[in-house]
Amino acid sequence: MYDFLYLALLAGLGVAIVAGPMGSLVVWQRMAYFGDTLAHGSLLGIALGLWFSWSHSVAVVVVCLLIAGLLIVFERQRLLATDTVLGILSHGSLALGLVALTLIPGARTDMEALLFGDILTVTAAEVAVVWLMAASVLMALWRLWPALLAITVHEDLARVEGVAVDIVKAALKLLLALVVAISMKVVGVLLITALLIIPAASARHFAKTPEQMALLASVVAMLAVCAGLASSWWLNTPVGPSIVVSASLFFVLVLLGRGRRA
Amino acid sequence: MTALIELQGAGKAFADRAVLQAVNLSLLPGRIVTLIGPNGAGKTTLVKIVLGLLQPDSGRVLRSPRLRVGYMPQKLHIDPTLPLQVERFLQFANADTPACLAALDRVGIAHLIKQPVSGLSGGEMQRMLLARALLRKPNLLVLDEPVQGVDVTGQEALYQLIGELRDELNCGILMVSHDLHLVMAATDEVVCLNQHICCHGTPQQVSVDPEFVALFGAKTALYTHHHDHEHDLHSEVVSASCDHEPTQHASRGGRQSDV
Repeated sequence: MYDFLYLALLAGLGVAIVAGPMGSLVVWQRMAYFGDTLAHGSLLGIALGLWFSWSHSVAVVVVCLLIAGLLIVFERQRLLATDTVLGILSHGSLALGLVALTLIPGARTDMEALLFGDILTVTAAEVAVVWLMAASVLMALWRLWPALLAITVHEDLARVEGVAVDIVKAALKLLLALVVAISMKVVGVLLITALLIIPAASARHFAKTPEQMALLASVVAMLAVCAGLASSWWLNTPVGPSIVVSASLFFVLVLLGRGRRA
Repeated sequence: MTALIELQGAGKAFADRAVLQAVNLSLLPGRIVTLIGPNGAGKTTLVKIVLGLLQPDSGRVLRSPRLRVGYMPQKLHIDPTLPLQVERFLQFANADTPACLAALDRVGIAHLIKQPVSGLSGGEMQRMLLARALLRKPNLLVLDEPVQGVDVTGQEALYQLIGELRDELNCGILMVSHDLHLVMAATDEVVCLNQHICCHGTPQQVSVDPEFVALFGAKTALYTHHHDHEHDLHSEVVSASCDHEPTQHASRGGRQSDV
């Protein structure tokens, strides 16, 4: 009966689970702007998908990986500061994506759905893709976790102790690109970073170890997805923004609770 | 005795600016070598070459096949958003809990094992970093400004600990230092670096070397520490020697106030 609601919930939870550990890494390594850049680039991916009649997911993944690859190259060159490069790629690809979408003949694109998510129209096949990708990313993170933490703490020390720092850093960027690609349908281009960092930031207060923080962040993100869907169902609010509002509310509650205790 | 690592005429330039020129350095087991020099003298670059993080543009680096390096970085900045306990920090060196506890005990902070890293004092932080370097069971310790952010009493205690570790492990130690008198008392050989090696020898020899005096001023009194033992290796110390080229002298003129 309400199949679309269950599918939406499934898709949202799949993204939320992987958003916990990935969001924690984004917070620790200060990669929020990088996440934004990938998210904006995914809009360009949608446009490309429409041009070449690829599936959305494939096109978005391809463009996100491409942008991640470009950044890895630019960072090695050190011609410009990283945030300048990010700014160019981020806004450049967002603008290009918006322009391209209006130029495609015969395309009916719902801009709002792209920018703020459209989880209620998710198909069973898309849910399967979300879970498949989420599972692959989680498995990769599981394997790389000790190395990822070691380079978060001190890159040179990790290198001396035998961690393949460059490979691990590149892998993290590519994995983030995959997470961004699957998050797009859920919260939209403009809110993906929020879904990554707000649950992680909320979880920080309760965590004593990195793993606790990652796990709690997943829980917070899952609660936010449920609350967002509920709000959409009862109050008829847009789902993507509602999910982010729920996560933000939770973060504010944590802040207030901490303030009272201090 | 075979060197753990030996640099032969190592040079490095960044963007055509020479940072290191023709550096010869040999690190032996059981011997503390301290690297001093003003800011921009190339100390960090030299350390990175020893650690294998950088390759020299010229010259050679010979490493003993059994070389195991324990590295204590200059500064540890842990993002406050990362919840991390001391034990967890040490486990990055592939150590189990008993090993971590033993290493912490050796540096005198076993009671801090469950503490969050972000709450440690300067001295505790340095000791934790030293413990992590020890967990690698090193035969060469590379300590980049090991007493940074530690008060004077703590500095002396830390240098004493480093000396004891050298005796226990019979490992070679390469230390980088800014401050002069405390570290000079705790070292077998001083290497004074300013892009090239200005002078080297025992602390006593170096402190009266004209090159050293020119760089650091004559007022740097040598703090003599009462060692309860002597190392026979002292006799092997190369006498303080200077190899200066006039051009390098000229380029160094403005740096003296840098210290």
